[in-house]
Order: sequence, then structure tokens, then C-alpha cells
Amino acid sequence: MAEQQFDVIIVGSGAGGGMATNRLANAGLKVALIEAGDFYDPAADEQRTQLRYPWESPRRGASTRLRPFGDFNSCIGGWELDGEPYTQKGDTEFMWWRGRMLGGRTNHWGRISLRFGPLDFKRRDIDGLGDNWPIGYEDIKPYYDKLDKLVGVFGSNEGLYNDPDGFFLPAPKPRLHELYYIEGARKSNVPVIPARKSILTKRINDQRGVCYYCGQCSRACDIHADFSSGTVLVYPTLNGGQVDLFTNSMVREVTTDNEGRATGVSYVNKQDGQEYQMRGRTVVLAASACSSARILLNSKSPQHENGLGNNSDHVGRYLHDSTGASRAAFIPDLMERDIYNEDGVSGMHVYTPWWLENSNLDFPRGYHLEIGGGMGMPSYGFGFAVNQYNQFLGERVGGYGNQLRDDIRRFYGSRLSIACRGESVPQYSNRCELDPTVVDEWGIPVLRFDYQWTQYEIDQARHMQDAMEELLEASGGILLGSKPGAERDYGLTQPGEIIHEVGTTRMGDNPLTSVTNQYGQLHDADNVFVADAGTFVSQADKNPTWTIMALSWRTSDYIIEQMKQRSL
Amino acid sequence: MDRRETLKSLLLAPLASGVIASTGCASSSSNQTTAINWTRLPTTYSYGRTEAEKLTDQQLFAESYFREHELVTIAVLCDIILPNEHANGGALDAGLPDFVEFMVKDRERYKLPVRGGIAWLDNSAVDRFGADFINISEAQRLSLCDEIAYPDVQDAELQPGISFFSLMRDLTLTGYYTTALGLEDLGYQGNTPNVWDGVPDAVLQKHNKAYETEWLKKCVDQSQRDITAEWDDDMNLTS
Repeated sequence: MAEQQFDVIIVGSGAGGGMATNRLANAGLKVALIEAGDFYDPAADEQRTQLRYPWESPRRGASTRLRPFGDFNSCIGGWELDGEPYTQKGDTEFMWWRGRMLGGRTNHWGRISLRFGPLDFKRRDIDGLGDNWPIGYEDIKPYYDKLDKLVGVFGSNEGLYNDPDGFFLPAPKPRLHELYYIEGARKSNVPVIPARKSILTKRINDQRGVCYYCGQCSRACDIHADFSSGTVLVYPTLNGGQVDLFTNSMVREVTTDNEGRATGVSYVNKQDGQEYQMRGRTVVLAASACSSARILLNSKSPQHENGLGNNSDHVGRYLHDSTGASRAAFIPDLMERDIYNEDGVSGMHVYTPWWLENSNLDFPRGYHLEIGGGMGMPSYGFGFAVNQYNQFLGERVGGYGNQLRDDIRRFYGSRLSIACRGESVPQYSNRCELDPTVVDEWGIPVLRFDYQWTQYEIDQARHMQDAMEELLEASGGILLGSKPGAERDYGLTQPGEIIHEVGTTRMGDNPLTSVTNQYGQLHDADNVFVADAGTFVSQADKNPTWTIMALSWRTSDYIIEQMKQRSL
Repeated sequence: MDRRETLKSLLLAPLASGVIASTGCASSSSNQTTAINWTRLPTTYSYGRTEAEKLTDQQLFAESYFREHELVTIAVLCDIILPNEHANGGALDAGLPDFVEFMVKDRERYKLPVRGGIAWLDNSAVDRFGADFINISEAQRLSLCDEIAYPDVQDAELQPGISFFSLMRDLTLTGYYTTALGLEDLGYQGNTPNVWDGVPDAVLQKHNKAYETEWLKKCVDQSQRDITAEWDDDMNLTS
């Protein structure tokens, strides 16, 4: 291939990379977009999983190693990838999900799109832990506003200070089990509001369709009514001649010159196994927080002996994921339901934002509640423990024969569940670093994780469990399973399990304690940027995607401005 | 002869008359035998698979795990758990033996419990009635199932059988309710383009619930769904 000079090389096509591609191509820059996985089109029948019935899979949608969230899920990738190991230090049990496809992990996320609030950027001022961001809500608000309109998100303006209003599309009406939850939450004086998700309940342009309520965003949408980076941000750039898309290409390192500035990247074409060089004026890393950190750490040169951007030894540090815990209940009032189509949009229609800010609690940082239930499409696992709720009705569990059909119908849609997602406190010692001895199949050193929750997260999980019990019972529920206690860290999920890992290349004004400036620009190399969640100083209790995209847009504007001024 | 075709002609003895030949030869002289048949499930699928996934599934389908005796026992058990004699069919109409076979091959952790469970069941049948499970009478089979179909039974001797029966019940129900027959039996209405406009009024009334006016103001007016969204500067939707 003739060597070509790009204005910008973008590594990764997920939320951050897709947004940077869209904005920079729109500004007329020549962009190379590099994706480690394959091209993906959810409407192409050979890739489509949406609107398939369970029997179209021999395992009826059960999970596999290749699709851990079920074999109709659209995300190609997972916790374990052939040829791409990662390792753990000590007794660390970090779980690392990597997407390998156009659009990355935006193909499987819950579409929950929450703005960070003013407090979320200044947590150190409030509790003295971690660090403040170098920016505040006022800096990112214009980008959230533009993002709402460009990508589309439904929700409602509630006037909540730390859960800011937006340019929302109207929300879908609650389902029946959600009405039970609303009633229960109110009894407990806990707020509940419409969910906020990037699903088009109303038309926003002529390129994308309007949601037809199959409840299957996790299978990707053939009319692009949900947000995924590929369909919404990358597709529109592919026919304008501004973007060259390189799929199945694994970036090894950012190459640098004698001044230590980036000259481009070297990458492995996974199809021929050969290594290639690509030249660019600027490089934007958006490979995901840990993958971008890995690329930087592997980009060693005489000018960057410790890895690119790592003079401060902060690349990989402050890695942190959301906390999580969950519980479910049986709602006797939801037995013997009339059956109608309540697929709705994917997942919840209502949620509870963090409601105890400024309360006197024995742990810092908050969490929100995600509500589950309803008469979803059966898939593998449906009918397991078919009449276990008989135990609450004084009837016998078990048996065989046609009465099991009655049990199935009797209990269908009678389960209510809550999942908590909370903010952890970033720690200097929680990190990913290069494993000194292990390489992947292309010989690239892999990441080793070193991560422990602190008592803050464990105490928060205890509070989650108490709150979930109260809310489920207030909703008319009989609690299922046992309440996890201290011996199980109150059901706290493993680090990485929520797939909100952030912080590995955090932004800051001080080059000694941060990797990038407030625009995601490396302190140590001014033509290298990070546009994924690596730059997060703290992750709030909000799902990170909306903030990744807002920050990526802000970074893109900065790159365009700097190029105009010939500073880049 | 194709193994699957052979299975279709396997015979079940309704009385305790000895163990059936594992070759499945259909030339039994007994006139007290019955054949067990089930709907065959496809062995090729196309639903958005990667090359690696296609290869995995091909290998699973090519793998042979169960002996014929085991597969017939699975068929008999599935039929007991969800009988065919029903307007929406049952386990055999839904191809459960094929489904169970696939899932057990797909999930290593099922292999030993199902194989061992069948052996436990046969041992128990021999102890009580002098023949394997499939070669005792229907009444005898049901009496054995009655002993192991309820998890609250405390008898330590029966626990392996209870665990096995629970697993078979799970697989049978999940296998049936993920077929067209099962969705029909359940009455599932979804997986099709539609416009969600809330819980039907009659259902709301039945559950003594109502949508609040203030909440509905935040919700989509489905008659306007195709009108392009516009907002004023104060974030109010105006279209």
C-alpha cells in the first residue's frame, strides 16, 4: 500500500472514536478510522439477530463464550478473546470486556444516556476523595446539548440539579411492573422518573427510523432507531471520501519522531498477519480506556522510555469501574396476567436517580437504580424453576405434566428486579499495566490488572442491598434469594463487570498527576489525543457513554481549532 | 444407517420385559412394544453468526455424546414432563430430545449430571421393578418419577434423582417454550414491529393502576412520532 498521510488517525470505532470520526470528517479533515474487528451492518441478513425467534438459534439465545450476553446479542467480543489474553496481579479478578466490531461496545450497551451533573465533576470538593476534573458542567453542557439533538435521547426534564435536563425526546409509557415500582418507590419517598435512553421515540432526521418497540436494542436495530456508533456516527461518513475505514486492524503502537511527536501508528492486519505503518498529523486513541492505555504503554521510544504520555507514570492508573448489585422479587399481584405485547423499548422505561445527595451516609458517592421485569420473549432459561414461587403460596414446588403449563402462564411477568449502578472512588493503586512476560498472538505485550475495591464500595453495596429490599417490598414483592452479607461483599460486582471502566489516562492541569489536558491532549505529545473514557477523572454513578461522546466532540472541536491555527 | 433414523424406530417395552437392544433393531418379537418418535430439529442455522461461531456449532452438531439408550430415556422423560397430548403439542412435538442433546453438548457442565442421572434412574428402576427405566411399565415409570419430581422430599437416597429430574424439567420447559408451539401455548404477543402506547386500559383497571396526567405529559404522543423533533431554547419539545 502506498503510504498515505492522514490528517487524523482514529483508533477505535466505538462511542468516542465514532464521534471523533463524525465530527472531524464533517470538518473536512482526511480521517483514517482503524477498528480491530469486522465491519458490521445489523440490517444485513447474514449479520442480523434482531426479530429472530428463539428457535432460530439451536441454543435458543443462551450465552456462549463468543457471545457472553446471549447468542442473539449483537456485540461480537466478550470477556475472553482467542489470542488476546490479559492477566491478573495477585488475587485481582478484573473482568475486561472488549468489543471487536464496527461500533465496538455501543452495539450492546443498554442505551442508558445520563449526563454527568455539576457535582460529578467536583467530587473532591464534596468528600475530599480523589480529584476534581479540570472542567465543570458548564464546559461540557454545550456538547451534551448538541449531542442530544444529533444522536437523540428520550427522557424528561425534571429540574434535578445533578441529573441535568436535556433536549429530550418523549419517554415511552411505563409498563405494568413499572407502575408497581413507581407506587412502591413513592411509599418509600424515593424518586422515580422516566428512563433516559438514546432510542428514537420520535423522528429526528430522515436518515434514521423511529423505534418500533421490539425491545431488542441489544441485538442492534435495522432501522437505526437506537444509537450505536457504527450506524449513527460512522456510516454517514463513509461515502463522502473523507474517511478510510480499516477493519480487522490491531494497532500495536503510536510511532513517534525524534522530537517525541507522533508520526502515525503501526498496526497488524489480522487477515494477513502483516504489520503496516500509517502516517498522520494527529492520532486520536479511542480504543477503550484500557486498550488505549495499553497502546500508549507499548509505544516506547527514546523520547518516551516509559511509554507514550507516561512521563508521570499515570497511564493505566486510577482505573475504575461502576459498582453494581442486584436483587429481585416475586409480585403476587402480577400473577395470572392478561397477555399483551409489552416488549416496549429495550430494558427499563423508568429509573431512580441517586436521591441521597447531601445525606449523612457512611460511604461516599451515589448510585442509581435500574428497573427490570415484564413479559419478555422467552429464550434459554425461560421456565427454569418453573413453579418456585409456589413456595410463597403454600403450594408444592416441582411435579410434571400439563399443570406445568398453567404454572408457566400463572407466573409469567410476575418478577420485578432492581440493578444498582454506583460510583466508586478512583485509586492510584488500581491500575492496568503491561505484563512483563505475556504477549498476544501478534507478539504485543498484554495488560495485567491490579485492582481491589475499597471499603467505600463495599459499604455502598450494603446500602444498595437495604434499599433494594425496601423498594421491592414496598412494590408488593416477596424477596427472592438471600440477601448477600459481608461475607460476599454485599453482592458487589467484580471490578470491570459493569463494563464502565474509565480513568486510565485521566485529564488534569498538572502533567505530574495526569496524562492529558482537559481536551484529551497528551501532556507529553501534543498531536496525540485520547477520546475514550480513559480521560475520566471520576465516573459518577452515570453510565459513561453520553459523556464519552460529549468529551470526544469537545476534543474534536479543539483539534479543528488547533489545526486552523496551525498549532497542530 | 443414519443414527437419527435408527432412533426413530427405537422401541419401548411397556412392560418389564428386559433391556432393549442398543442397536435399536426394530425386529422385536414382542407385540407389547411402542415406538417413540419426535420432531427432528434442524442441524443447520443461519442467524447472524461469525465464522468462528459457525465452526463451533458445526463441531457441536458433529459430536456424538449420548448413547441411543440414553437418548430414548431422555425422550421418555421429556414426554412425561410435558406430554404431547395437548392442543399445543408437547415435548416430543417440540423436538426436545434433539434440543437436550445439543444443550448438553454445548454446556460441558451438563454432561455428567445428565449421563449420571440416567444411570441413577436405571439403577433405581432395576432395584424396584427389575428393568431399566424405559423397559418398565408406564405406571412404574410414573411411580418412580413421583418419588423424584418434588425438591422438598428429604430422603437422602433420592437426592441425586431429584436433582436430575429438576434439570430435565428445566431443559424440557425451556426447550418447549422457545419453540413456536411454546410461544403459542404461552400466548406471547411480541417480537414484531408495533407501537407501544402503554398498558391496556382494562389491564390497568384490573390492577387498580392508572397513568398520572403529569407523567403522561412526559410521554410520547404516538400520533406525532413521525413528526421531526424540534425544541425551543428552554429544552421544551415543540413538535
